[in-house]
Amino acid sequence: MSGAAPPGAVRSGIRFDGVTVAYHGNVVLDSLDLTVEPGEVMALLGPSGSGKTTALRAVAGFVQPVRGRVFIGERDVTHLPPHRRGIGMVVQQYALFPHMRVEDNVAFGLKAQKAAKGQIPGRVAEALAMTGMDAYAKRYPRELSGGQQQRVAIARALAIRPDVLLLDEPLSALDAQLRSGMLTELARLHRELPDVSILYVTHDQVEALTLADRIAVMDRARLQDCGSPQDLYRRPRTEFTASFVGNANLLPVRVGAGSVLFGDTELSVATEEAAWGAMATLCVRPHLVGLGPGPNALRGKIAEVQWRGSTHRLYVDVAGHRVKADVRELRVTPALGDEVTLHFAREDAVLLSAGVSDG
Amino acid sequence: MASAGRGKPAGDPAPGAVPTLPRGLEGQGGTPNALRNDCPQRGKGKQVPTWVWALPPVAVLAAVFLYPLALVVRQSVSPDSGGTSLQPYADVFASSAFREALTTTVWLSAGATVGCLVLGFVLALVIAFVPFPGGKAVARFIDVFLSFPSFLITLALLFIYGTVGMANGLWTDATGAHSGPFQFLTTPWGVLLAEITYFTPFVMRPLLAAFSQLDTAQLEVASSLGARPARIVRRVILPEALPALAAGGSLVLVMCLNEFGIVLFTGAKGVTTLPMLVYSKAILESDYPAACVVAVVNIAISVGLYGLYRVVSRRVGA
Repeated sequence: MSGAAPPGAVRSGIRFDGVTVAYHGNVVLDSLDLTVEPGEVMALLGPSGSGKTTALRAVAGFVQPVRGRVFIGERDVTHLPPHRRGIGMVVQQYALFPHMRVEDNVAFGLKAQKAAKGQIPGRVAEALAMTGMDAYAKRYPRELSGGQQQRVAIARALAIRPDVLLLDEPLSALDAQLRSGMLTELARLHRELPDVSILYVTHDQVEALTLADRIAVMDRARLQDCGSPQDLYRRPRTEFTASFVGNANLLPVRVGAGSVLFGDTELSVATEEAAWGAMATLCVRPHLVGLGPGPNALRGKIAEVQWRGSTHRLYVDVAGHRVKADVRELRVTPALGDEVTLHFAREDAVLLSAGVSDG
Repeated sequence: MASAGRGKPAGDPAPGAVPTLPRGLEGQGGTPNALRNDCPQRGKGKQVPTWVWALPPVAVLAAVFLYPLALVVRQSVSPDSGGTSLQPYADVFASSAFREALTTTVWLSAGATVGCLVLGFVLALVIAFVPFPGGKAVARFIDVFLSFPSFLITLALLFIYGTVGMANGLWTDATGAHSGPFQFLTTPWGVLLAEITYFTPFVMRPLLAAFSQLDTAQLEVASSLGARPARIVRRVILPEALPALAAGGSLVLVMCLNEFGIVLFTGAKGVTTLPMLVYSKAILESDYPAACVVAVVNIAISVGLYGLYRVVSRRVGA
């Protein structure tokens, strides 16, 4: 029977079991199989329309899958109404109740769940203290800044002590400085609540890389890749992941024995899994591309130069392809059309075989 | 480029140069800046006082509204015996017909307003938050409904629930009885039903506008926190809809107080409201001072309610 958790059952964690969501026949989430372990922070990362928010809404109960099942802990919640799922949720625009004071916003979930009246003030104070908003309990949302409102929204979600916390682009409405501070706060909160599973939807790779234990990369309604931030960044499995996470250079190459051919240039890279003679994609991060002669040298012409404070981003046309290189701030910047040499180390390149490439 | 014209005559600019003026002459004519400065200077000396612009609307307002209103007030203090006195007020206030009309008007208006608020809130909730096929068409029909004359609704109710209406016809056909059971349309309850039917969309319109502004994420978050739909309506939607409810309710209350067509068309015997009393005093009894007294009372109640609405709406932030 769905809904009721047996005594002693694991209450935290999320499992998508072949979940498909469609609106009027248009599939917006396609056969998602994904498990968020108890206490884990899983970031759903992808561009607009990739299906990441739909996946979160399927956990919350706001969309009904046409196929598959959703589990929270060991409970099958696929057909449970949202108010019986026991989740905390924070959304991009805070969604605080404007006619309630901060303390009443935070107490809302406790009252809805009919918590003992004597417990409510303590739980509200605890949640507000956890988010550093205890001094603002008597204020209305309109009297708070964006960052403060988001803290209240988080306190409201935490007050009910959820097993699962759903964060839907929670920092998108904040400016860069506040966002950075809130990221630190969220990381601290997770350390204080190690048993809560967090599903964190974002299109911002920095947020995902900073906060998540694992990242699920989504595109066009499908899960493209899933792994630890380090794995996805250093060893992406698909062109989409390589491009979306870190904006890597993707160069079409032909596989040789222990090397690849990019245009007429032979490049030394690890090719153990690639078939000899097959076409593949070579992935190199811009910050791992150096300017000047070195191993795996590429000659090309400067197409664009961007100053980015501590670095320069060079766009160099090499054999008909544009290669990006992030180099330490140059004293003398090359002019457009100048011939330059780029290079990268063998161990900094990843070969994506055509089989796993989504490209 | 700009310096090319300095020191040269204004009428002899260098080819392709932006026309500029010699130093010291900027702002005195010729440049766009100078043209801007021309406007207030041209008005100096013969500027029309602002109060003059208020005259035409005030004149129109006075002709079509204030003057007739003044005539009504004057007539209310002009008894048939001549002179000016408050005797017509004393006579009208002492009459049981006036007191009954006032009571009927107030309870009918209050009842219809409460009915409209309840029904309008529920219907607007369904249209705004319960997705169903044709929901948008229904919302648009509400706008069209607002343009209907009040007697049309009463006429439709007469066709259905009138003494010889469809409902009674079906009953008499089925049972062979001499008359049907639906005889309420000519009672105060019939007037109440007609007023609720007609005025409910006037509550729904501002409510639908308010609901369209409501952040649906609030409802979703409330639900995720464990709130059932009834609690969400009570604790989240209703408080945010209060200004719209106050606006719609006040409008309906004032309109019900002044409603004439519905009461007339139902033909409800013994249902005399203040507007009906004005009609009977003025047209049937030719007692113009009394009719004007009742009209002044009606206006005073309406304006008083409007004032109350303004105060309340300011407090709730409408």
